[in-house]
Amino acid sequence: MFIIKYKKIFISLSIILVILSFFSLFLFGLNVGIDFKGGALTEIVYKNVRPTQITLNKTLETLNFGVIFLQPTGDLGYIVKSRDLNDSEHAQLLKTLSQGDVATLTETSFNSIGPSVGRELTRKAIIAVVLISLAIICFIAFAFRKVSKPISSWKYGIIAIVTLLHDVTIPIGLFVILSHYYGAELDTLFVVAVLTILGLSVSDTIVIFDRIRENLKNEAQTAKMNFDEIVGKSLEQSYVRSISTSFTVILVLLALFFFGPVTTKYFALMLTAGMFFGTYSSIFLASPLLVLVEEWQKKK
Amino acid sequence: MWRKIIVALIILVFGAAVGIFVFKTEAKLNKSFETQKAFFKKFPFRLGLDLSGGSHLIYKADVSAVESGEVSNSMDALRDVIERRVNLFGISEPVVTVQRGGFVSGATEQLIVDLPGVTDLKLAIDMIGQTPLLEFKIQAPEGTPQNATVDADGKVNIDLNSQFVGTELTGRYLKRATLEFDQNTKEPRVSLQFNDVGTKLFAQITKDNVGKMVAIYLDGAPVSTPVVNEAIPNGQAIISGNFTPNEAKLLVGRLSSGALPVPITLLSTQTIGATLGESAVAAGVKAAVIGFLLVTLFLILWYRLPGLVAVLSLCIFVAIILALFKLLPVTLTAAGMAGFIISMGVAVDANVLIFERIKEELRSGRTISEATKLGFSRAWLSIRDSNISNIITAIILFWFGTSLIKGFALTLGMGVIISMFSAIMITRIFLSSLIFIGEGKVARFLFSSGLSL
Repeated sequence: MFIIKYKKIFISLSIILVILSFFSLFLFGLNVGIDFKGGALTEIVYKNVRPTQITLNKTLETLNFGVIFLQPTGDLGYIVKSRDLNDSEHAQLLKTLSQGDVATLTETSFNSIGPSVGRELTRKAIIAVVLISLAIICFIAFAFRKVSKPISSWKYGIIAIVTLLHDVTIPIGLFVILSHYYGAELDTLFVVAVLTILGLSVSDTIVIFDRIRENLKNEAQTAKMNFDEIVGKSLEQSYVRSISTSFTVILVLLALFFFGPVTTKYFALMLTAGMFFGTYSSIFLASPLLVLVEEWQKKK
Repeated sequence: MWRKIIVALIILVFGAAVGIFVFKTEAKLNKSFETQKAFFKKFPFRLGLDLSGGSHLIYKADVSAVESGEVSNSMDALRDVIERRVNLFGISEPVVTVQRGGFVSGATEQLIVDLPGVTDLKLAIDMIGQTPLLEFKIQAPEGTPQNATVDADGKVNIDLNSQFVGTELTGRYLKRATLEFDQNTKEPRVSLQFNDVGTKLFAQITKDNVGKMVAIYLDGAPVSTPVVNEAIPNGQAIISGNFTPNEAKLLVGRLSSGALPVPITLLSTQTIGATLGESAVAAGVKAAVIGFLLVTLFLILWYRLPGLVAVLSLCIFVAIILALFKLLPVTLTAAGMAGFIISMGVAVDANVLIFERIKEELRSGRTISEATKLGFSRAWLSIRDSNISNIITAIILFWFGTSLIKGFALTLGMGVIISMFSAIMITRIFLSSLIFIGEGKVARFLFSSGLSL
């Protein structure tokens, strides 16, 4: 199997991608949204003409709400980002935006999140990430408890986790670049996307490891074939289904990205990337790593 | 063999019935919806705020004065009061939920109010803000430090608030409030009648405090501080605080709809305009339909006859899921729709695993019926293992999430579980009833996949 033969190339490719993702993460940083930070987001559409950003900025300064960002949306709308606003501040803002009722506008959405709610959500997100990671690690350990030759079961688990980290890191790296150039924000859906990628991509790795497990159980084969040959054979047997199962999910995700609601666009894109790299890694990273580990063991 | 075909037919009829149910109960699909029987009108999709438009308010409840064992009860009482209050304004299906504080969510008790269709935030806030907070306080024991200030004239002002301490008796034990007029002074006053628990509490408070003052606080300020002459066992209290007749009338109105057991403050607000929601629904439906068609196309082109069977079982899967969304009901949000759309892709997963297995068994020289049987039993382990991780993720997300995440976790989790059922039961029964097509060359072609002939 060529994948096993050239395993070092594929493993290096994955390492480079992960390093690039970390690099972009440190270079651009995460653009945390109001879900976690607290703040207000007002979306408005003007009826006839949209005042320019410069004129609006001038009048908005008089409100003393701190820094206010205006982001044009559509032909006649703005998204206004500010600190969290109470009821009367909200009314003041709308009045200012309408230039004292001269420019008629409608407010399509308003979202004001107090800092304490944001802190609470951050806390919840962290707990969920930790719990899901733990649960998946336990699950992997459980699934591979019976295979121990020639590689002990915990090593399967560790490789599955390394693969998972790879699958999550690359979409995050992509998201960071997107958020830098297109203003996508790290919101609740981002966290959900990361967690869903964990669930989706581990299942792919498990399908292939399952096959290796099955072929290893067949003792007669083991006697005749080397470990790397068995892994290669298992890959040959399972890569088509691995690709086609992910392909159907990617199909629906692309439909969601191109035609779905605006709110879930980046979510769908991240999941697509996660799904793609999840499948890639279970074929081109997890199995080669297994063989690599076995080779190291032999050398000792 | 006939039995298998009959079972397959029964499943087809069941699937069709579920599909018809979904169709008939959906106003946008069914052109004669208005003339349907009432039964079919009872099951619309329930749309979340981000799809239907409306307001989402998060309040923080200050439970510092409540004993820790009683917090849960107070929060439930608070929810009931706000629910009554909101219902009074004729909003359809308001959702008022309590979010308990604790390890996971931090230490605050919160009340979350969802008002579908209400896009005037100010109106919504006013509506809830008018719910009065009624508290009864007793004189602090002697020796309690008191806050006093000395004003410019050298007069000492003792802060009234520090003289009183809270009791368990609050607005939650109020049964009703009525407007009365004092017989002697003709001044308007408000008469309160407590419920059973409140009556007992009030009797105890008055008994313990004969000769002392009991303060009645409204919205955090004392309105009346009568001196107790004797124990009052009948659960009646009077607030007489220099009201004008109009003020008294207004207060009675506010108290009648319920009084708050604990003070609340607004933390976060969100309003979504109706048009934004509508376009999100339209986009979600479009994405779902296109996603479904793409998957269908792929299945039939790549997996031929089994692919067609998988499409059938996918149709039944979609019908069951949509029917469950209506029956349970599941509140659909944009993220929830995304969960459903993704679950369509995942639903095919199990089918593909099975088909690939069948193909392998065919290659190793088995007959179609043998290969089908073996394919199922060998694929089951992989199907189970690969779905468990998704179910774990969905459960934890559902447990911890805000309403937005919950919607996604619920639809994805339901999708994954039902897809396992549809792959194992429905696809299997359909496929095994297809063995009558025999073992000929055409049959083997139909059971192969991909580019092979």
